[in-house]
Amino acid sequence: MSIKADFQLDAKGLACPMPIVKTKKAMAELVDGQVLEVAATDKGSKADIAAWAETVGHQYIGTTEEDAVLKHYIRKCADDTVVEKTFEQTIDLGEIVGRDGLILDVREEAEFAFGHIEGAKSIPMGELPTRMAELDKAQEIYVICRTGKRSDLAAQKLAANGFTKVFNILPGMTAWTDELKKSI
Amino acid sequence: MSVQQWSAADVAKKVINNDDLFILDVRNNDAFEDWKIEGHKFEYLNIPYFELLDGVEEILPKIPTDKDVLVVCAKEGSSLMVAEMLADAGRPVGYLAGGMKTWSEYLEPIKVGDLTGGGELYQFVRLGKGCLSYMVISEGEAAIIDAVRFTEIFTKFAEEKNVEIKHVFDTHLHADHISGGRHIAAETGAIYYLPPKDAEEVVFDYTSLVDGTAVQIGASKIDVGALYSPGHTIGSTSFVVDSKYLLTGDILFIDSIGRPDLAGLAEDWVGDLRETLYERYRELSEDLIVLPAHFMIIDELNEDGTVAKRLGELFAENHGLNIEDEAKFRSIVTHNLPPQPNAYQEIRQVNMGKITPAQEEQTEMEIGPNRCAVR
Repeated sequence: MSIKADFQLDAKGLACPMPIVKTKKAMAELVDGQVLEVAATDKGSKADIAAWAETVGHQYIGTTEEDAVLKHYIRKCADDTVVEKTFEQTIDLGEIVGRDGLILDVREEAEFAFGHIEGAKSIPMGELPTRMAELDKAQEIYVICRTGKRSDLAAQKLAANGFTKVFNILPGMTAWTDELKKSI
Repeated sequence: MSVQQWSAADVAKKVINNDDLFILDVRNNDAFEDWKIEGHKFEYLNIPYFELLDGVEEILPKIPTDKDVLVVCAKEGSSLMVAEMLADAGRPVGYLAGGMKTWSEYLEPIKVGDLTGGGELYQFVRLGKGCLSYMVISEGEAAIIDAVRFTEIFTKFAEEKNVEIKHVFDTHLHADHISGGRHIAAETGAIYYLPPKDAEEVVFDYTSLVDGTAVQIGASKIDVGALYSPGHTIGSTSFVVDSKYLLTGDILFIDSIGRPDLAGLAEDWVGDLRETLYERYRELSEDLIVLPAHFMIIDELNEDGTVAKRLGELFAENHGLNIEDEAKFRSIVTHNLPPQPNAYQEIRQVNMGKITPAQEEQTEMEIGPNRCAVR
């Protein structure tokens, strides 16, 4: 299955340090929240991309491998970890298990693919305005993202469109320690 | 200022001569923590290359100007980049050609000693990986024990010494590195021996190596005699060479002992390990010089670069030979073991002949330290 990314970088056949040098350049062109896919054949690039992303504060989402081609997914972050709560109806991450409702995951498709809560529905934040029809207003909707920031905005958007049973899950997937479902 | 290219042999010389060297390792922190170039008098700085993409100014104060500086990475590309940046900043530095990959493969042949009637015993020290291979030479013939996969180094060495390789042994089925034994045998027409208890799953022909198997190298009196010594694996076999040297394989090292778990049967084999170390070896002469198949830390190297020590000294100093209580011994060698060697299960498959990965893949599999010991 292919994973959606905003930009693709082809670093196949390049030896270290070039995959990282090119990734660094490409990331500079992205805006916050966008996802870059880096295709590389240098096996060492996996550990290095992850470590590099951490040092500069980007989010390393994951890597797939197919036919000796590695595909790394990185999301550009600025200050994603700062949670500004504005949406009032929140629910603790620990309380959603076993509740009758829909977990709506508004992270990017690539993030969702590398690990989400079983049963969660994926609608990336950017697609929410055009895909609201897929949601049921009568159902409780628990919105989740990585840290609680994007889900907060999504919850506000839903509320503005007449959804009343909306909760923002705090904290986000970063605090989820149970099993992760993958779709890669 | 230009950048100097260093070969693995240049670095090996620094290790063996106990020279000073400052290593700027630009791999990521995990890789460095896991495995690095070890030297008695080496100093290190680990800054991943990707933190230096915008320049090296910040680290300049940490780079000494009064000793050799070598930049090292996994393959060489990043170290060359960083070395050039340092050179542009006016620092005379070198980089390691081929990086840690080449370092992992480098072998340095060192003479251990003379044998009866003009024979010689050589130890091939694979500094980067801690593997030790041996060649016994006498009167135009040679035997090789625990050869690593770079067969050409052994066949070329034999050519230089003008000897014919007649016997090739593996003390056991290795789990940390890929054996070159059967390939050397196939190339030279030598006989390849493997302990049958380790060879139940192998898919090639071999000659059984059992307790008491003895071969003569050359016409005179150099005996290579096998001594069954299970524990690291169930087939592990030691050799006594010329009544002077004890090749212990992965059972006994200079500063540690073999771990019994790499074939998945720690609980079953710990008793064998105990018996080998505390009974069979005790019956041998304490004047035998122990020559193991590995070293783990640089302190195990002697002044001349060899890894060798009198058995009597090991009985006195090696922690693993001095655990009186059997239950304590059992617990030490089956619990809290260090992580297993990289790709050890696949490496066993290769050594059984079940899979034959490409050279590049074999290199990847052997990356990292050997980790065959428990201390």
